[in-house]
Amino acid sequence: MSSKMQSSSSLAQARRMVQQLRMEASFERIKVSKASSDLMRYCGEHAKNDPLLMGIPTSENPFKDKKPCTVL
Amino acid sequence: MEELRKEMENLKDQITAVRKTFQDSTLQEAAAGVTVVGRVQLKTRKTLRGHLAKIYAMHWGTDSTLCVSASQDGKLIVWDTITTNKVNAIPLKSSWVMTCAYAPSGNLVACGGLDNMCSIYNLKGKDGNVKVMRELAAHTGYLSCCRFLSDTEIITSSGDCTCVLWDIETGTQKMVFAGHQGDAMSLGVSPDFKFFISGACDFTAKLWDIREAECRQTFGGHESDINAIGFFPNGNAVITGSDDATCKLYDLRADQELLTYQDPSIMCGVTSLAPSKSGRLLLAGHDDFNVNIWDMLKAERVGVLAGHDNRVSCIGVSSDGMACCTGSWDSFLKIWN
Repeated sequence: MSSKMQSSSSLAQARRMVQQLRMEASFERIKVSKASSDLMRYCGEHAKNDPLLMGIPTSENPFKDKKPCTVL
Repeated sequence: MEELRKEMENLKDQITAVRKTFQDSTLQEAAAGVTVVGRVQLKTRKTLRGHLAKIYAMHWGTDSTLCVSASQDGKLIVWDTITTNKVNAIPLKSSWVMTCAYAPSGNLVACGGLDNMCSIYNLKGKDGNVKVMRELAAHTGYLSCCRFLSDTEIITSSGDCTCVLWDIETGTQKMVFAGHQGDAMSLGVSPDFKFFISGACDFTAKLWDIREAECRQTFGGHESDINAIGFFPNGNAVITGSDDATCKLYDLRADQELLTYQDPSIMCGVTSLAPSKSGRLLLAGHDDFNVNIWDMLKAERVGVLAGHDNRVSCIGVSSDGMACCTGSWDSFLKIWN
């Protein structure tokens, strides 16, 4: 690749990066306070349906071998 | 060229400044009144034995029972995690596999690695034999990660710095997602299948619009390669894991980092991560053979899974949230809950 071609392709890449940054700069953001409260609310609403968080009773745990109890 | 470089720097400074104006609070402040989750102690319920070399990747099927794992012993194994039976043991053409994926339908699995290709296997073929259905070749670097959108579309990330959306039926590239300045290491698909996120060796994570093939947002802050990435369950936030030994939470709508999960005692890179079903817990696999469990809102470590004898290379939480599966260089997979 000639050096002229090389510089024009890195020029093209730089232009693309500037265009990309312009687009990212114009992104419509919300406040962190709102984002945080939404995340917290989601966690709160779904906590009871989170088995790893709540723990799983043995009788409902498909991965636990349920051995019958023997009375000695 | 010099002008363009200056404009790039100006725009980056502008983005940093604008993000600050939306930082009217921090997640730390907002969650100050929230009690830390109690100590999480998960036990190994099953050990999946059968691979003969390092396991590099695993992915749960959507039924929360089957999962697929990939090892450099040159095999993909589909496991029934409840019985620990091997449903399929698929020999691979190339043993240098780095990733695997289970299609949401359960019909297909995919894998790839140093062969630069993504191979699709049909598990439900007519004669019962599992065969290669397609070999998706076009990447000029290793395949680091792949995730199915459906039986007809799959997204791949590569050491060639790009991600690609493929049409599986024709074996062609539908979209190329270029922009990362380093190897793309990991990807995750949004719950609504409209976006995906990628983490790369340029220390950034990028959010991509799948249909428009555009990068919508870029998140920095990590001080080393991002090896693992995933969506928070509601699709509004992204979690990354890096060689810098930390995980970070980025909110998509606020367009910035909310929290960093770090501890001076954790010095080994993060290899893999998965949120629990509600998003409250973050499980992160590390090079030091352990999995750290974090309270995602409080950024406090609330548990450790210690059971592997080598690096934890992959982790996944099943869709119904009932179990976490870890895969390791010690050649075993473990199911925990």
